[in-house]
Amino acid sequence: MNKLLSDFTVGESGKIVKVTGEGKLRRRLFDMGVTPGAELTMRKKAPLGDPIEITLRGYELTLRKTEAACVEVELSGGEKQ
Amino acid sequence: MKTFALAGNPNCGKTTLFNALTGATAHVGNWPGVTVDKREGVYKFENKTKKGAKNGSENDINIVDLPGIYSLSPYTPEEVISRNFILEDRPDGIINIVDATNLERNLYLTTQLLETDVPVIIALNMMDEVEKSGDKINAQTLERALGVPVVEISALKGTGIKQLMERAVAMPAQRKGATVLKGALEKQLETACAYYENEGVSSPLFHALKLLENDEIELERKGAKAVLDEAAAGEDLEAVIADERYKFISGNLAGAKVRAKREGLTKSDKIDRVLTHRIWAIPIFLAVLFFIFHLTFSENLFFLNGFTESQGWMPSLVDLGLASEADGGVEYNNFGVEILAIFYDGAVFSPGVILTNFLNLFLDHISSGIVTLMENAGAAEWATGLIGDGILGGIFAVLGFLPQILTLFLFFSLLEDSGYMARIAFVLDRIFRRFGLSGRAFMPMIMGFGCSVPAAVNTRTLSDEKERTATIRVIPFFSCGAKLPILTAVAGGIVTAFGVGNSDLITYGMYILGVVAAIVCVLLMRNTSLKGETPPFIMELPAYHMPKFKNLMLHLWDKTKHFVKKAFTIIFASTVIIWLFSHLSFKWGYLPDGEMNNSILASIGMFLQPIFTPLGFGAQLGQFGWVFAVAAITGLVAKENVIATFTTLALCIGAYAGAGTEDGIEELSGLIAAITADTGISQGQFIAGLIAFIAFNMTTIPCFAACATAKAELPKGKFKWTLLFWLAASYVTGAMIYTVGAWWWTLFIWLAVIAAVTTFIVLRNIGKFDIVKIFKRRKKENKE
Repeated sequence: MNKLLSDFTVGESGKIVKVTGEGKLRRRLFDMGVTPGAELTMRKKAPLGDPIEITLRGYELTLRKTEAACVEVELSGGEKQ
Repeated sequence: MKTFALAGNPNCGKTTLFNALTGATAHVGNWPGVTVDKREGVYKFENKTKKGAKNGSENDINIVDLPGIYSLSPYTPEEVISRNFILEDRPDGIINIVDATNLERNLYLTTQLLETDVPVIIALNMMDEVEKSGDKINAQTLERALGVPVVEISALKGTGIKQLMERAVAMPAQRKGATVLKGALEKQLETACAYYENEGVSSPLFHALKLLENDEIELERKGAKAVLDEAAAGEDLEAVIADERYKFISGNLAGAKVRAKREGLTKSDKIDRVLTHRIWAIPIFLAVLFFIFHLTFSENLFFLNGFTESQGWMPSLVDLGLASEADGGVEYNNFGVEILAIFYDGAVFSPGVILTNFLNLFLDHISSGIVTLMENAGAAEWATGLIGDGILGGIFAVLGFLPQILTLFLFFSLLEDSGYMARIAFVLDRIFRRFGLSGRAFMPMIMGFGCSVPAAVNTRTLSDEKERTATIRVIPFFSCGAKLPILTAVAGGIVTAFGVGNSDLITYGMYILGVVAAIVCVLLMRNTSLKGETPPFIMELPAYHMPKFKNLMLHLWDKTKHFVKKAFTIIFASTVIIWLFSHLSFKWGYLPDGEMNNSILASIGMFLQPIFTPLGFGAQLGQFGWVFAVAAITGLVAKENVIATFTTLALCIGAYAGAGTEDGIEELSGLIAAITADTGISQGQFIAGLIAFIAFNMTTIPCFAACATAKAELPKGKFKWTLLFWLAASYVTGAMIYTVGAWWWTLFIWLAVIAAVTTFIVLRNIGKFDIVKIFKRRKKENKE
């Protein structure tokens, strides 16, 4: 099942299928390792619900929900933790 | 001398390695045109023979520290700087420092560096931590996969550095760029490379790949767009390239890295569970902030002397009979008591205050020593005045801030280096986005409550230039430590003279006013002159680690040097000018302190007085009203001067008969009484004018030290507009407070004006957008 990263709940993980968005934003996502094929896990939300924190390629990355909406992820395994 | 560039991701230990390599030879400057630190230093090879040491400079290596970056994209100033330096200044080699604990993302930059024709060597840092976690990385396997030397080092412990530099120097001077994308994009690369080779550019491979990545800078080249269109043929190569880079890395890491089984949470995770907790994150952060300010500014450490004045139980030095009050100041019985007063006087002081007292004691003795010396030598009164009060007084007043500025800096560097600052941005981003800023803007603003100088410097953590400019401009609205005396003195004066109100409430209200003014101004700027999208917030949350003492100290030392240099140049010149104006009459004769009301400055004040009439402290205050104008001007040097000027002038015009007091409340209430008697101004109007005066001082041009810093930190050409902005903001704020305070119905006029301005801006912003859209649609329709 595909889902936008912005709709993830804490603990869900999956494999990136597609990165949309344009120019600067997309480039930045790529540079930080958010590329199709990469696996990620949603770690937590900030106390005010936004931005979110994900684990990806062995490190912690934070991004806003609007930015996470550019990332389409194929859900896997479901909630492990 | 050979030059090597040091490149790597943020938080990979680059600064530590740089410090280890260059030691005391390092110096900090700015990259041309931008406010990004440029660090340079020299690495000296040890165990040279005595003979070699003499002309050893030939073997020394110049090290240039590039900013921490994740990629060589064209979107941030840091990336562009690094890219230009590597391609245009062509260093003899790149030392690419790679964090072994985060190999995958770090090597992404490496794959791009390898595409240039510059020799590259990889410093594999933090191997000790990798081993501690049970993982294994084989440097030889990595070296084979990447085709360049890989050396294991620990920047922290200083191991492997000599070996790194030896291998770096031994690298052949020529290298041909290599890419990991040969297989995936063979055809496209051939086309693009041919184009660049034809153009005669160095590092054609690098440029070719950037072009295929749809890179803005490359597309500016004539004919590049056509080449890209031909090569890409409509395919989205940007995603393919990024993906291939990572594929190569994970493919080759499989052989180089053996991951141990992970169990449970890392230390960083555990800390994060508390510090970014859903409920506790914000209270913890507020507590941390409180302690930082408390330890820097408090004169009642840990509330040992009770929370309120009535709870106080510690005796002051005068109570103890160790000192006596004299002439509004305190005279200590002996030098020992003077030293004691650095740490304690009626309450225990915080470290920040102790350092300040210590420095001031030292500076006071120097200045009084020089003055005594001059007096004994029979120097003219004006000369001792100029040197003692004008020059030394001015410089020392600014230097006196240094301990607290540095203490604040130290705390905030600690937060930054430990990784907590990134979490604060994470927690607060939501709130700041509403105003068109990111969570990172919070720290500089809050530092403004302490001092605008470190606050403005701290805006360097903001990557977006417009966001930085807006932040620097509103920093002075966060009332700094030196503005507090203005608040308490004027508020105290109002309460004493009129017997109404509560001075704490007025002071508190003014702080709130500053914050509101800052929010309004940011919103205004982000919608007009500094329009732009909210900068993206895609940021690494680095693992927590202990800040390194050496790095902290070197950092502080840099700041000290900068500040002292400024104190002795711009600030020095300005204080001397102000002193001269306040002690010279138009006949160029010297005036002692007591006759300041005949000085050039006073004339200027009287001339400017009517300008402040709409703000309530101008012509309506009659013949003594210029005092306020003059106080506002002297406040430009340092905000402490505002109250000092009041005191001096109140004594001059005989508004207050007693000896000077330290807080200036008595003088101000005397002044208020004198003006009321002179002009018969109504109480309501006068109070409104006085509050407008505080508000004006809070939002106007800050002190010289802050101005000098702002000028250095703002993009070129923005400083004069910033000065104008401060004047306009303070004038409007003052006028609003005065008119509404004196005649409450004017509130409706102001509201109408605000509504009109808001509507205009919104309409303009939307309207503009629509016009373009409509225009485009018409064009389309016409075509069809």
